[in-house]
Amino acid sequence: MIEGILIGLTTALTFQNILMVMVGCFFGTIIGMLPGLGPMTAIALMIPITYGFDPATGLILMAGVYYGAVFGGSTSSILLNAPGVPGTVATSFDGYPMAQQGKAGKALAIAAWSSFAGGTLSAIYLLFMAPSLSKVSLSFRSPDYFALMILGLTAIAAFSSKGQFLKAMMMVVLGLMLASVGQDSLSDITRFTFNNMNLTDGISFVLVVMATFAMSEALTIILKRNDPTSAAKQVSLTELGSIKINKEERTKMYKTIPRSSVVGFLIGVLPGAGATIASFLAYGMERNVVSDEEKEKFGKGSVNGLSAPETANNAACSGSFVPMLTLGIPGSGTTAVMLGALLGFGVQPGPRLYMTNPEIFWSIIMSMYIGMVILLILNLPLIPYIARILAVPKNYLIPLILFFSVTGIYVMSFNNFDIYLMIGIAVVATFLRLYDFPMPPLILAFVLGGLMEENLRRSLLLSNGSWEFLWDRTLTACILATTILIVVWHIYKTFKRKN
Amino acid sequence: MNINTTKIISLLFFIFSAFYLYTAYQIQVFAFDENAPFNARTFPIYLGYAGLFFSGLKLILPDPNTIKVDHKSLEYKKTGILILIAIIYGATILKVGYFLTTSLFLFASYYFLGERRWILMFLLSFPFVAAFMYLLHGILDIYLRDPFLQSIGVMG
Repeated sequence: MIEGILIGLTTALTFQNILMVMVGCFFGTIIGMLPGLGPMTAIALMIPITYGFDPATGLILMAGVYYGAVFGGSTSSILLNAPGVPGTVATSFDGYPMAQQGKAGKALAIAAWSSFAGGTLSAIYLLFMAPSLSKVSLSFRSPDYFALMILGLTAIAAFSSKGQFLKAMMMVVLGLMLASVGQDSLSDITRFTFNNMNLTDGISFVLVVMATFAMSEALTIILKRNDPTSAAKQVSLTELGSIKINKEERTKMYKTIPRSSVVGFLIGVLPGAGATIASFLAYGMERNVVSDEEKEKFGKGSVNGLSAPETANNAACSGSFVPMLTLGIPGSGTTAVMLGALLGFGVQPGPRLYMTNPEIFWSIIMSMYIGMVILLILNLPLIPYIARILAVPKNYLIPLILFFSVTGIYVMSFNNFDIYLMIGIAVVATFLRLYDFPMPPLILAFVLGGLMEENLRRSLLLSNGSWEFLWDRTLTACILATTILIVVWHIYKTFKRKN
Repeated sequence: MNINTTKIISLLFFIFSAFYLYTAYQIQVFAFDENAPFNARTFPIYLGYAGLFFSGLKLILPDPNTIKVDHKSLEYKKTGILILIAIIYGATILKVGYFLTTSLFLFASYYFLGERRWILMFLLSFPFVAAFMYLLHGILDIYLRDPFLQSIGVMG
């Protein structure tokens, strides 16, 4: 492991990579801060830029964007009560009341320190857990992978908004259907191309991400411009107050941060869960463990109430890298985008990644530490200035997002058809978003579609067409049983709600 | 009558899945693959059935969280114009070139979204695109096709 850490440090500490972490954190913070735009949009917009780099540098840049976006989201939660990303919704519960009391600077500082501590602690957990899990996952076979992918897709649907399980499952199927367009990987037979040569190679992953996130986010913002429910009340962005944290507040944070980081990391590791669930769980847990006196302060500007979700959401970000790096199965929509980008670089994440491409594996882990330090250095002193970015008019922001989206596709294919297809998918996605159809399950399914078919093919061929492979191995059967439980439980809940 | 749009979307998805399933059955596979445990049409067929299953369930089961969208408050006109500009942008980018079309796209988008600060609009279109092009093409070595700049000799 020491050798790996050194390899990681050597790669991560090059001038170019440090610069990329800085750029990523800065860009991510800005994008994450803007309500409605989350880490997936930020990473999607970065993909064209990463084409110019080697895989390690590209992924380091995207990891920086990820952390930056999660941190940036907390800034708009605290100052505007308009979370930039779902993972920072819980931050607004106590962050915004604190800002209303004239302590916006302090709230931002608590959020910055908690994010830093949560991210750093979870990077340590990742350091120890990832290699061991990689070794364990070497024993995984095709049926296990197939079952695990089904579980991941079901779990991301189950953890989407309350009561939206079936909508999320429909999006999963749609994602898999989109992934099935083009040549079959083994026989080269074309499927669903309708004799259109542009579809022979399938639909590009970047195109789908840009369309369903960047472009449709931009269209949704314009569409809902006059929606009174989306208008946010504003805290003064010029007078944020002191950013100093006193001794009493620090003592509270010392207790909250370790437990919230563990919760965040473990939730992040679970396929389909992520920063949002982690932050809510940490917030709920914190409210249960603090004294009655402190409990009263929750929702009115509690230090514990702010620190817990901020620690957990950053810890979950690191946690979500575990299944992606060790199993090659992304745990969240954001890591699905990163996985897609990695596949685009020709790198196959999975148990062998840390043997075949140790520089990528370890440099990502090492860059997390560097990213956390940079985020802290970047965000603490720059808080008053960064906060003003929230005032960027949408008249400029939206066209720029559309421009980045089209550029991403243009530099990739130099093809008009791809641009039209992207616009078409974006329009459909915008309409679906209006009715709460979640997009992350679609992306996850799109990324996993090819791998899933491949593993199903191998499993069925090995078992001579029999579906017994699903219960032949205990591990496969356990994973599948969990999946069935999730599906049955959600359908049962829908019935119960009616009655 | 109050129509539940989520149910309509589910119905459309059901029809789409049925069409997908029909098309999946039409996929031509090699003769020796016809009876193989797995061929090019196996996975799509399962997907078609999965689509029918989940959208069918959504249609049949009650919808406790009905989403109500206030269409009057939505900016359909501006969104439509923006989509139209994006389509024109997509149609002209290859023939005219990246610099001119992108700059005009940005300028037009700012304008249609209600912006009237001309200098800022100009700075955030033409010089901004030039700087971005320099970053991609000049520094990161990502090829950008631009017949317009090539014709006036700015780009090699």
